Amino acid sequence: MAKVIVVTSGKGGVGKTTTAAALSTGLALRGGKTVVIDFDVGLRNLDLIMGCERRVVYDLINVINGDAKLNQALIKDKRVENLYVLPTSQTRDKDALSQDGVERVIESLKADFDYIVCDSPAGIERGAYLAMYYADEAIVVSNPEVSSVRDADRMIGLLTSKSRRAELGETMPQHLLLTRYDCERVEKGEMLKVEDVQEILAIPLIGIIPECPSVLQASNIGTPVILDEKSQAGRAYAEAVGRLVGENTPVVVPKAAKRGLFDRLLRRSA
Amino acid sequence: MGTEERPPEHVSSLTEEGAPFQLRATSLTLLTLKLVDPAAPEFFPRLATMLSLAPGFYRNAPIVLDLSATGAKPPCDLVAFCASLRELGITPVGVQRANAAWERAANAAHLPAFPAGRAAAAQAAQSVAGTPAARVASGTRIVAEPVRSGRQIYAHKGDLIVLGPVSHGAELLADGHIHVYGPLRGRALAGMSGDKSARIFCRAMEAELVSVTGVYMVNEQLDSGLIGKPAQIFLDGDRLVQRPL
Repeated sequence: MAKVIVVTSGKGGVGKTTTAAALSTGLALRGGKTVVIDFDVGLRNLDLIMGCERRVVYDLINVINGDAKLNQALIKDKRVENLYVLPTSQTRDKDALSQDGVERVIESLKADFDYIVCDSPAGIERGAYLAMYYADEAIVVSNPEVSSVRDADRMIGLLTSKSRRAELGETMPQHLLLTRYDCERVEKGEMLKVEDVQEILAIPLIGIIPECPSVLQASNIGTPVILDEKSQAGRAYAEAVGRLVGENTPVVVPKAAKRGLFDRLLRRSA
Repeated sequence: MGTEERPPEHVSSLTEEGAPFQLRATSLTLLTLKLVDPAAPEFFPRLATMLSLAPGFYRNAPIVLDLSATGAKPPCDLVAFCASLRELGITPVGVQRANAAWERAANAAHLPAFPAGRAAAAQAAQSVAGTPAARVASGTRIVAEPVRSGRQIYAHKGDLIVLGPVSHGAELLADGHIHVYGPLRGRALAGMSGDKSARIFCRAMEAELVSVTGVYMVNEQLDSGLIGKPAQIFLDGDRLVQRPL
């Protein structure tokens, strides 16, 4: 049974696309046939993060409008077996997304795939609404910072009231993914603690992705960060994918490494 | 009876500063009296009986005559009709939904034509006709799930009870009391239709704004010792009071 997972947040720039790329890659690495769909019509980014931007011919909007077949628009990932990208249009806007068009695309993908990951645009308007409407499960991405937490809260409210599952009276599992977690700044009180965010959002935590230079590097070279097994962020995403498929590993809150005297002296002189 | 007349919501000021008058658009709620058969002999006796149920409420009430149900009946003498209405203590101020013939009769009685308004909820109309000030316990609303940012919940004619947290940017409204058993971080407005005895109770007071019958207090005005603590908010005269629970 195919599962539709939306990656959403309300606020922009918190790491939705990075997360959608990492999770879909992780699900495919575990053997599930996975497609990741870019819903950010007009601000196409997912193809860059996935490193397939030079192979885009047709896109989601072409498929919705009947200009191309689904198979023509799906881009097969070159690194990971079972992973496909459905890019979006850069020239159109969110009005090009029709509700029945999105439903048709998702329903036909369900026949072929195990996981359909929807990368939501920021905001709570049409693009974000259609990205989450058909979801079976949601990953709500937030930074440990007040405005993104408030927007995530709003998004959770919409998921529980405006999604198709909500309209049918079914529950939708929702998971909190805390990204850009900078433990030093949290310890200094400059960012919210994990408990504070969880207290406000009150949904289960699926992972904490530490702030990590590897994320930007990965974006720049078009490789999902989960493929960088040496990076902290990559490992944290791999663990989150494990929890998403049902592994019962506890979420460990990253701690700032205690620097020794020698290290501090070196750093000061550097 | 009991429909709402709503002219456009915008407010415009067409006069210059210092003028001896100010011309502004305003929005009013008016009662309408829908005439089905104004010539019926039992019309005024029955109307008088109904008005006697809540005499204070209708005293000198301005009222709009809704003529949509008079059908093809020829217009009656609206001048004499209005005089009889005034004897019962209600003041006709205009007509709405009149056909051409009825509109001419209305003009003769100096009653201007109003645009058709939206009807208020039937429930509201019923309680108005009964006992206007009473609060009905069955209007109580219980919300078991967290109230997320951006959500607005209104307990019409009753109390609002929220079992979980109320987020920043969420809004609770009630004609009666508001009880919140999780942390209250959003807005809570009790006594929305004027009940001065309405109170707000919560287990952890962190509200953005609290209000009883429109007398409000923002977060900055809350007693810092109460923040995060169980508290209640109520009116003492016209002053909003905050107390620990």
